[in-house]
Amino acid sequence: MYIYDNYDQRIVDERVAQFKEQTERYLAGGLTEEQFLPLRLQNGLYVQRYAPMLRVAVPYGLLSSTQVRKLAHIARTYDKGYAHISTRTNVQYNWPELKDVPEILAELASVQMHAIQTSGNCIRNTTTDQFAGVTPNELVDARPYCEIIRQWSTFHPEFAFLPRKFKIAVNSHLSDDRAATMLHDIGIKIVKNDQGEIGFAVYVGGGLGRTPIVASLVKEFLPEKDLLTYLDAVLRVYNLNGRRDNKYKARIKILVKALGVEAFAEKVDAEWQHLKDGPGTLTQEEIDRIKGHFTAPDYEKLTASNSLKEQLAENKAFSNWYKRNVSEHKIEGYAIVTLTLKKLGTPPGDITDKQLDVVADLADRYSFGEVRNTHEQNIVLADVKQDELFALWQEAKAAGFATPNLGLLTDMICCPGGDFCALANAKSIPVAEALQAKFDDLDYLHDLGEIDLNISGCMNACGHHHIGHIGILGVDKKGEEFYQVSLGGDSGPDATIGKILGPSFAREQMPEVIEKVLAIYVDQRIEGERFIDTYRRVGHSIFKERVYAKSN
Amino acid sequence: MQNLINQNSTLENNWQIVVDQASELPQGNILVEASYWLENQSELSKRPNVGIYLNGDADLESLKDVLDSFEVIALNFPAFADGRGYSLARLLKERYHYKGEVRAIGDVLIDQLYFMKRCGFDTYLLKDGLEAEKALQYFSTFSDPYQLAYDVQTPLFRRKA
Repeated sequence: MYIYDNYDQRIVDERVAQFKEQTERYLAGGLTEEQFLPLRLQNGLYVQRYAPMLRVAVPYGLLSSTQVRKLAHIARTYDKGYAHISTRTNVQYNWPELKDVPEILAELASVQMHAIQTSGNCIRNTTTDQFAGVTPNELVDARPYCEIIRQWSTFHPEFAFLPRKFKIAVNSHLSDDRAATMLHDIGIKIVKNDQGEIGFAVYVGGGLGRTPIVASLVKEFLPEKDLLTYLDAVLRVYNLNGRRDNKYKARIKILVKALGVEAFAEKVDAEWQHLKDGPGTLTQEEIDRIKGHFTAPDYEKLTASNSLKEQLAENKAFSNWYKRNVSEHKIEGYAIVTLTLKKLGTPPGDITDKQLDVVADLADRYSFGEVRNTHEQNIVLADVKQDELFALWQEAKAAGFATPNLGLLTDMICCPGGDFCALANAKSIPVAEALQAKFDDLDYLHDLGEIDLNISGCMNACGHHHIGHIGILGVDKKGEEFYQVSLGGDSGPDATIGKILGPSFAREQMPEVIEKVLAIYVDQRIEGERFIDTYRRVGHSIFKERVYAKSN
Repeated sequence: MQNLINQNSTLENNWQIVVDQASELPQGNILVEASYWLENQSELSKRPNVGIYLNGDADLESLKDVLDSFEVIALNFPAFADGRGYSLARLLKERYHYKGEVRAIGDVLIDQLYFMKRCGFDTYLLKDGLEAEKALQYFSTFSDPYQLAYDVQTPLFRRKA
């Protein structure tokens, strides 16, 4: 993983000093709430329903075990003993005291971490495939490019006050997209041209929120060295032309839509002509230097494990977990393991300080001391020997990380919702819990197969409901919490925005409604079809008719 | 009272911003809104000591031939969160090679000064009530930035090499 040099460390240390002074000034009355707002926001601090929420950056989800232990320590010392993994692969604390935040940032800086630009109208944490570098089906490892973007975007002086927040994702997988790349302000797909050179297909203007849109292609092939000058051009066009009169129309997707993709692309190109081949152009030395931080760990020469085959044959529970939560690794004899944080009774993405310590310990013993947070709010051990899967599974199970539901209905994405968030219209966690309780029969879940169910507590869509195969959105109807269901969303390479099913439902109806939706799928599916495939084949109306049909 | 500073010290402010263009223009150095200047170009260009100020939606291309006639060009921040001035400052200095003084006016707070300096601002008319002494400490928050901008014209990865 990327290790800070003196320059990186100094920038983070200077940030700690700066925010300490700003917080002191605010607490002493020298800054108004309004003036403090953008400063705390750019340090990931929101004022929430009960206490400030602090969001810590986890660049492209990657963490060392030392960093995980520090996160556990912070949860224990400054919070109520737990943390939350967000859909931007960051880590959130819901209960810190404002006066403690400078100290927390200092603790983070001691392990090369920070909370820079995790909120506010600036460039946020860049995300990618959680299996980057270890999956067999990728073009190249996307993480070095994410790190290059991280450094470029950190305190970029021109783009600290954009019309709205700005999110970038990079995907290098040949057939899959685990980072919902097409739903980002900029989605970068790493590609190879006919000459075999690495470059980028650049998509702009995707996003969720009130106006969900799939990103449009604006540059078919951007040479590798031009990455940052082109990003500068896109951001400059956005900074100068994005709407600032209405925050719901301020994202770049609205600008792209208003201008039209072609006109937008032309504007960017015209700007880029001035920056292209300038000093911002990446050098091969820099690309190599950053790539040098993401070299393969010390893999042993192994062959496919025989003991694994026996263990799988003998133990049904282990085999269920293996089927769902273990993925293919590019190196023979190794496997990728996803520890799920979606156990019944726990809000999705929540993890206690003790569990964090266990994760760090498992990482040290089984996976070269590194983990990755995922956009689906789980944690990945990327380099586990197949021979050790059984032992790891037993430990993970004991710690509550081995619910074999990865990718299944109960592996939901869910925002913190009205229980914690000041923006939410409705609670989301109780809905997730009711669904987890209703659908706890693993055989049934496995039979249903892959289904993305996403829940957001308001139309800001932090729970990504638009791109769930089944999406649930909390809405406020005359002061009461209701839930709108959408179907057919997809975050993959064929990114699609889900379609609203019809009038919303009361919270207590939700398990029954989802049950009906699932029953229609089971009734209509043909062998081997996933929920989303059946939905696409049979169409929306049959679901609509049957869900709303009078039951008599 | 509003303090005017550059990166090193407090300055005397002898440019008056003309907000009400309907009444008679005051004597002395004045800054008028760019579109007003364009409309009244023939008359105003006869008068010495006229500068312009730009709002976020300014079209620099329409001003490019006359930019160098101004001693001062001010960029207005209607609210600190409106970041268009950062791009405009860079364009003025880097694209249009404007050699005069670029001044930040409007909602100019001290925590933004570092970013403004990086984008090419020369002087800063601080928001009413902000202390110049305090503000002067905020130009050096970070010692070695990652990106190139107007103040440091190569990115860190080239400077390190």
